[in-house]
Amino acid sequence: MTQLALVIDLNVCVGCHACVTSCKQWNTSGAAGFLSDDNPYGADPTGTFFNRVQTFEVGEFPNTETVHFPKSCLHCEDPPCVPVCPTGASYKRAEDGIVLVDYDKCIGCKYCSWACPYGAREVDEHQKVMKKCTLCVDRIDDASLPEAERKPACVMACPTSARLFGDIHDPASDVSRAIRDNGGYALMPEWGTQPANHYLPRRKTEKRLHPDELVRHDNPLKVDGRLPRPATGDPALDDVTSW
Amino acid sequence: MRPAWSVILLTTLIGAGQGLFLALYALDAWDAARGQASLAPLFVAACIAGSLGLTGAGLAASFFHLGHPERAWRSAAMWRTSWLSREAIVLPLFMALVALYGLAHWTGRLQGALVAGGFATAACVALFVCTGMIYACLRFLQEWHTPLTVANYFLLGTASGLTAAAALAAWLQPPLARGYVVAALLAGLLAYLGRLAALARNARLRPKSTLATAIGVKHPRIVQIAQGAMGGSFNTREFFHGRPREVVRAARWTFLALTFPVPGILVVVSGSSAALLGTAFLVQYIGLLAERWYFFAEARHPQNLYYQAIA
Repeated sequence: MTQLALVIDLNVCVGCHACVTSCKQWNTSGAAGFLSDDNPYGADPTGTFFNRVQTFEVGEFPNTETVHFPKSCLHCEDPPCVPVCPTGASYKRAEDGIVLVDYDKCIGCKYCSWACPYGAREVDEHQKVMKKCTLCVDRIDDASLPEAERKPACVMACPTSARLFGDIHDPASDVSRAIRDNGGYALMPEWGTQPANHYLPRRKTEKRLHPDELVRHDNPLKVDGRLPRPATGDPALDDVTSW
Repeated sequence: MRPAWSVILLTTLIGAGQGLFLALYALDAWDAARGQASLAPLFVAACIAGSLGLTGAGLAASFFHLGHPERAWRSAAMWRTSWLSREAIVLPLFMALVALYGLAHWTGRLQGALVAGGFATAACVALFVCTGMIYACLRFLQEWHTPLTVANYFLLGTASGLTAAAALAAWLQPPLARGYVVAALLAGLLAYLGRLAALARNARLRPKSTLATAIGVKHPRIVQIAQGAMGGSFNTREFFHGRPREVVRAARWTFLALTFPVPGILVVVSGSSAALLGTAFLVQYIGLLAERWYFFAEARHPQNLYYQAIA
């Protein structure tokens, strides 16, 4: 079975929001209609987004660390939002595990958004239906696109390649390897939703110096060793050298 | 959570309508067991009309919650998995069975009425369970995820229905009023105790999700700097009630006073006066509105962890 997902490397994300804007651009231009965007330049801008980059500060000054945290639908393997939908508009696609909303069946009751602990679903205030990340189904299923472009818009846009896309059920895929090798984790594991999207933790790049790297024990000429101190009567450098 | 008036009205109105039907049918069944027929046709008609009116008003209110009310019929599809879907089926079914029960009574088919009423009672209990489970089944809304939610929907609805039945009886068939007054007091007390138990339970809850599990960074001190949008979003509007703490506290004290103590006193001193009992029902209903508002405002959704600071 296939489970498509994103793996987001928090160690690489610089918080540039390119994934947000590319997502909005692609998904507001598709066959499903526009994504609401009210007062974009006004005092109280609001709109529907599938993906947002949030920023958190970890620790207390001066030992703080800034974490940029892109958040979109996690395409849970056991999605709590799907069984609660009264109309069947929310569903998990059997062939690739993408959680989708059928906008023509959605009655806009918002119950699925209550059932998502991650706040991944947003109502479109104009179309009055629930919307969420589709992993760009209209890109990955589009055979007219070159193979390399059949990826979500956010993955294509990321300048630091912080976003990987692939099948996490295939142990040989890039995403599976990244999760396995780099400690990929899921959000809010306490609710048992088994998110398909994983995050790679921030990793500190530190130089560790061991004493044997400073003092060379195998130094045959002992050039690192301390030279014997000259006696006070011995000629100093000034006595033997004319400057 | 932001309390939605459509849902507050839906749950309180159908609760009272269901309770009113249960009050009528309980007496009807008791009559049948004793081999008597003590119910005045006018009282039966008033109870049936009241029950259908209240549930119908609740059903109408629920449509205002939908973005696409014209597609509401679709909500019957997923009854296998969704409590909301089950409620959408059982509510009209309950109303139809109550209407059938009333019709049988009206045409004098008392045996048939008893059977129809039995089915309506089953639908009534099922509807209470469906309504309560819509909230109780959401496991990460810890304030709601308890059997007390279902129990309280049942008890509060039944209590307000019995108060309404007492008022109607005092007006149309005074000999019945005394029994209903006692039943309303008992049910009100039970409902009050159930709600207090839920309050006490929720006061001791500790959220399972923290910012550390939300973003997966193990540190006790994490502060949000930006939520990815400069203005509000659906996430900031739907999941925060946005009222000061004083308002929430006032709502709690209002419902603590109005769901049982005040209407209870009114019922006791009413001396089976229809006007006082009617006032007691209205006061209790206002208390239930406050109770339901507080029920929503009290629930802290874990998604709020991601929406602590605008920028």
